[in-house]
Amino acid sequence: MNLTNLMNNYVEAVAMILFGIGFTNLLLQKNLIKKIVGLNIMDTATYLFLALKGYIDGRKAPVVVDGVQSVETYINPIPSGLVLTGIVVSVSVTALMLSLTIRLYRRYHTLDLDEISTLLRKEGK
Amino acid sequence: MDFVQNFPFMSIILSLFSGPLSSILSGKWAKRVNTAVIVIIGIMSACVLGYVTGTGEEFIYCMGHFPAPWGNEIRVGELEAFMAVFFCAIMLLSMLGGIKERLTQIEESKQNLYYIMVNLLLCSLLALIYTNDLFTAYVFVEINTISACGLIMIRQNGRTFEAAIRYMIMSLLGSGLLLLGICFLYSVTGHLLMSNIRQQVQLLAASGEYHIPLLVALGLMSVGLAIKSALYPFHSWLPDAYGYSTVSSAAILSSLVSKGYIFLLIKIFYRVIGFEMVCDSKVIHVLYVFGIMGMIMGSVNAIQENNIRRMIAFSSVAQIGYIYMGLGLGTEAGVVASVYHVLSHAATKSLLFVAASGLTDASGGKVRFEDLRGAGYRHRLAGIAFTVGSLSMVGLPMFSGFISKLLFSQEAVGHNHKMLPTLIALAVSTVLNAVYFMKTVIMIYMPASKDTEASRQGRNIAMAEQPGKSVALICFIILNLMLGLSSEPIIHLIQNGLEMFY
Repeated sequence: MNLTNLMNNYVEAVAMILFGIGFTNLLLQKNLIKKIVGLNIMDTATYLFLALKGYIDGRKAPVVVDGVQSVETYINPIPSGLVLTGIVVSVSVTALMLSLTIRLYRRYHTLDLDEISTLLRKEGK
Repeated sequence: MDFVQNFPFMSIILSLFSGPLSSILSGKWAKRVNTAVIVIIGIMSACVLGYVTGTGEEFIYCMGHFPAPWGNEIRVGELEAFMAVFFCAIMLLSMLGGIKERLTQIEESKQNLYYIMVNLLLCSLLALIYTNDLFTAYVFVEINTISACGLIMIRQNGRTFEAAIRYMIMSLLGSGLLLLGICFLYSVTGHLLMSNIRQQVQLLAASGEYHIPLLVALGLMSVGLAIKSALYPFHSWLPDAYGYSTVSSAAILSSLVSKGYIFLLIKIFYRVIGFEMVCDSKVIHVLYVFGIMGMIMGSVNAIQENNIRRMIAFSSVAQIGYIYMGLGLGTEAGVVASVYHVLSHAATKSLLFVAASGLTDASGGKVRFEDLRGAGYRHRLAGIAFTVGSLSMVGLPMFSGFISKLLFSQEAVGHNHKMLPTLIALAVSTVLNAVYFMKTVIMIYMPASKDTEASRQGRNIAMAEQPGKSVALICFIILNLMLGLSSEPIIHLIQNGLEMFY
């Protein structure tokens, strides 16, 4: 097996592992706060991956200084823009999830989603 | 450029801005603004549909007049315009059918918030239909998720909060996968516009490079959107979300929200990856298998259910299974059948939800089957509408469900490996559908015994008492019969529209 590709792209591999960690946390954790932490890890891993794809070794951030306009000087700005948009999206869904968690906690005094389900079934509504 | 070509962009912007506008209006005015917006957008989309059928070719609208690889684009073909008209019609009728429930089930101070959500939902659906840019599609997928979550939890009780949080968790898993798929595709092709990606993908397919990353990207996007549209093993949030939210929300969620994602997936198949390449990959077999499982298991779960609204919700799982089964056949006609089933299911499921709420109104708000005894006599129109919806779901001729089943089985007959499983699954699923829907229809037409609690709480409801619901039900029945009796032009339109996707 050829490991040189993996070694050259180890940061991408890290991003994928982080994505996996976040994904499984969001899916399998019972605690709602841990789920939300998982969600954030998952999103951040995607942004890491995107930022890596836009980065070109030895170049600068795409802000024109000193009148240098050559394309060769700067990194690809589009992934950075996508990351910014993505961050806005993930902030809003995190806020929504947290507010829902607060509502559920005030009502049922627990953060465990399975326990909430059992309580709901007991309520029988 | 003709003036009509501005309409798709205008309708997205109009619904987007009417959302924040509703936040400063009172509930009553927010409702009026919402109705007006839906009607105006419906009319504009109809104009666009007329225009596109007239010219016979799609048009591309450059946002901000930046040309292709840099700017953002809206792309309108026949199918997109038709979907926009259809979604507006269903949304208008679903809102009309639940006026009274919304007034009683949503707190007075939160009335206008509901309409913000509906406007934003319409905006995101339109954007999903029209956009030609994958990242824009992702952003609007998230807007769609957030507003759908708002629609679920606006009726405040423990069940809806739990349903909303489960819905959010599943949706976020799905959109995480979708975003990762888009990132993969971007890093391989260097584009975000669908048409540009398609050119690059064709070049890559010809040279054989990056085969595995493309396959992974396709798989991630398909699974992500399948999770979001509640394909079988990912449906755990669905019965609670549809079963306990207010009736307009349930109708809109079941018939529009999940369909928006499916439409995006079809667009990705055709316009981003290319349908031949999708068919060559193994991804469609996975969708096919899960679709078949959904068709059977959704119906089995629905049979076990004792709550009429949860039963209808589980039936949605089965119908989503049909749609993915059609996509999984991997032929042009299979996709046509799937798109037709999207239409037929949207028209029927919202009809069933509205009719079921009429029946429960006539039974003192009870949702269990034993309490619904004789409800068809107490609320005659709802009874008839429920029967029509049930017959359509079972697939009797004359109704819309029959046509989609016919298309599915016609397509399956010509298929080599997938013929037998498809036909068996269709047959089994039809029988199971018949079991639970006919059971309900028989139950609502059984004379109620005098001394049960339900018949004491139940009361007769005349058509004039709930004008909104009556009009909505009649329109839904007509829509259903139209889809069932004159399917030829619609199928033709879908075929044309899919050809325009290339």
